[in-house]
Amino acid sequence: MPGGAAIRHDSGGGMTPDISPARVDPTVEARQAGSAGPSDEPEWTLVIRPKGRWFDLRLRELWQGRELVWLFFWRDFVALYKQTILGPLWYVIQPLLTTIVFTVVFGRIAHLPTNGLPQFLFYMSGTVAWTYFAGSLTKTSTTFLANAQIFGKVYFPRLTVPLSILLSNLVAFGIQLLLFLGFVAYFMIKGTDAHVTVWALLLPVLIVIMAGLGLGLGIIVSALTTKYRDLQYLVIFGVQLLMYTTPMVFPLSSVSGTWRWVMLANPMTSIIEAFRRGFLGAGTITAPLLLYSAGFALTAVILGAVLFHRVERTFMDTV
Amino acid sequence: MSTVISIEGVSKRYRLGVIGGGTLHGDLSRWWARVRRNPDPSLPVNATARRGADGDTLMALHDVCLEVEEGEALGVIGRNGAGKSTLLKVLSRVTAPTSGTIRMRGRVGSLLEVGTGFHPELTGRENIFLNGAMLGMSRAEVRRKIDDIVAFAGVGPYLDTPVKRYSSGMYVRLAFSVAGFLEPEILLVDEVLAVGDHAFQQQCLGRMKDVTTRGRTVLFVSHNMASIQNLTKRLVVLENGRVSFVGPTTEGIQRYLARGASVSSSLADRTDRTGREPGALRSISLLVDGEPVDDTAISGLPLKVKIEYDTVSPGELQFFMAVYDQLDRRIVHVNSMQTGLRNEPAPRRGVVSCTIPRLALAPGKYSLALAIDANGETLDRVERACDLFVAMGDFFGTGRHEGADWGLFLFDHHWAVES
Repeated sequence: MPGGAAIRHDSGGGMTPDISPARVDPTVEARQAGSAGPSDEPEWTLVIRPKGRWFDLRLRELWQGRELVWLFFWRDFVALYKQTILGPLWYVIQPLLTTIVFTVVFGRIAHLPTNGLPQFLFYMSGTVAWTYFAGSLTKTSTTFLANAQIFGKVYFPRLTVPLSILLSNLVAFGIQLLLFLGFVAYFMIKGTDAHVTVWALLLPVLIVIMAGLGLGLGIIVSALTTKYRDLQYLVIFGVQLLMYTTPMVFPLSSVSGTWRWVMLANPMTSIIEAFRRGFLGAGTITAPLLLYSAGFALTAVILGAVLFHRVERTFMDTV
Repeated sequence: MSTVISIEGVSKRYRLGVIGGGTLHGDLSRWWARVRRNPDPSLPVNATARRGADGDTLMALHDVCLEVEEGEALGVIGRNGAGKSTLLKVLSRVTAPTSGTIRMRGRVGSLLEVGTGFHPELTGRENIFLNGAMLGMSRAEVRRKIDDIVAFAGVGPYLDTPVKRYSSGMYVRLAFSVAGFLEPEILLVDEVLAVGDHAFQQQCLGRMKDVTTRGRTVLFVSHNMASIQNLTKRLVVLENGRVSFVGPTTEGIQRYLARGASVSSSLADRTDRTGREPGALRSISLLVDGEPVDDTAISGLPLKVKIEYDTVSPGELQFFMAVYDQLDRRIVHVNSMQTGLRNEPAPRRGVVSCTIPRLALAPGKYSLALAIDANGETLDRVERACDLFVAMGDFFGTGRHEGADWGLFLFDHHWAVES
């Protein structure tokens, strides 16, 4: 009760006269000082034209909206947690189930090679790395369609939404990585071949490349889906297809001929191989391949951002 | 005073129908045809490409030019589809103009709809931060204002409850409060005042007025002539995407209403009716000072309500009209017997009218209910036959319109110094 009374008192009397002079005057003064400067030409802070420049990525605006990235991330996390019984446990259950299914189907039944690694670890390493990329891609690819309501009513830097999705997925990846490391330790104690190597230090680089790939491809798709709805369904299918051209199910070393080239063309191939080399001790790492993936990611992000900004200007007219 | 918004030749074209064919295949084949310089395969045989390009488009805004001064409150009115909302959307950067340039100075905040982005699972406090950030407030800014926001919305005790458990009234109040405490140099507002109960609407109006008196520039789009009149001094009337009037608010409203030429609103499809012969009331139309209008009357001027009826029941006909305020309180109820309408033997179909020589309703939103009786038995009754907005006119004959909350009625009076 006393608290409520205090609030009332504050807002009733003090607020109106208080805030305005204290906080408004400086900006007004600054502006007047600015416009009274050398020329009478007023300086505009915002100019809206029909078309923006192609490579104007408006990074400054994005930087100003960085709090939104954090808030969206936190909103999604809280909402996800509140609506389920198991909550964050899902982060753990999902990769575990996938790994078990893969171990049974590809390992026990199909007897695919695993570079001499324990099957469980082999598939889990692939799953954990792939999930971060695929999750980021599929989630960001719905940016426009899923947020049509909000985007139609209020303007804020739109890229904050896909960036917050990257962050959410990064948390999931972190949790899954810890789980994976737990299993690695267990298998090492059991005396299997798996061992962490110095290549594990490459992890931050791998994460950045994966994030770039997921974000870049995701926002390219999200920009295109505003016009071509068919792509929504294609993405889910396409991501699955892509998975089979990575060494997630069978190691790169076991493949030769044309198929090997197809796998090498997939920018996620070198990531998964490097990830395995780092944490399990077996996998192919070559600098050109990693550079290829990094270049691919960079291109995708830039192309995506350009397309994204194109579409965001008139997207509300097409949905 | 300097110009803070400058709109130069802004147009916005919408393509009607399916955009760009909608399928990848269609667009690809069109593109391929263009590469080979063949005619567009998806056009009808006789159509030329040019007609296809210019054909099914709608100019929501057409060469709009406007300058808004610093600290000015500018009202924007127009019929549905006149381009009001499109103008605000373009200004708030939700969508880009097709041509033209807009220049603005200062931070722009827009209130196109309250509660955008509220998440039902989050608590009131969490939503304040999220919504505030979306509207462009920093976290520090929200933290500074949160007490005021909460007090204004009156949701103090429920601040840490998920908003999905809020009543719709609380939800809307909180949503407005967050937006209402956004303090940009330029504020764009679209019809948001149509939220909450009467008391809260008055509170919102007060808040908006507050904002304008503090040197902020406000662009206010509304259907409610009373609040437009209350908040703004200058008015823009949009007609089919073009600016048809810029000038003093009162003059603008009168001109806008005079251009009305509305058709009568039919009551045929209404199902919310009672009586022995539903459908006997056919339509209702309003005339202000002899000019047909949509839904807005002006206090001080004559208002004529025309009722078209068609019945098969014999006997003496009586007509009833009631005025309800926004809280659905019946504030006036009149009938044709009181004023001695003689219509015996009455024609079974026709038009009757009820004229109020000098409308004494205070500015605000009302609704009209109609009923028709034959020999004392109700044939047809439609509650909310039409909405009635009342704008302030020169009721007192002094040419002055000051006042914030007029209550429900105006009456003739004069003040005098007695000693």
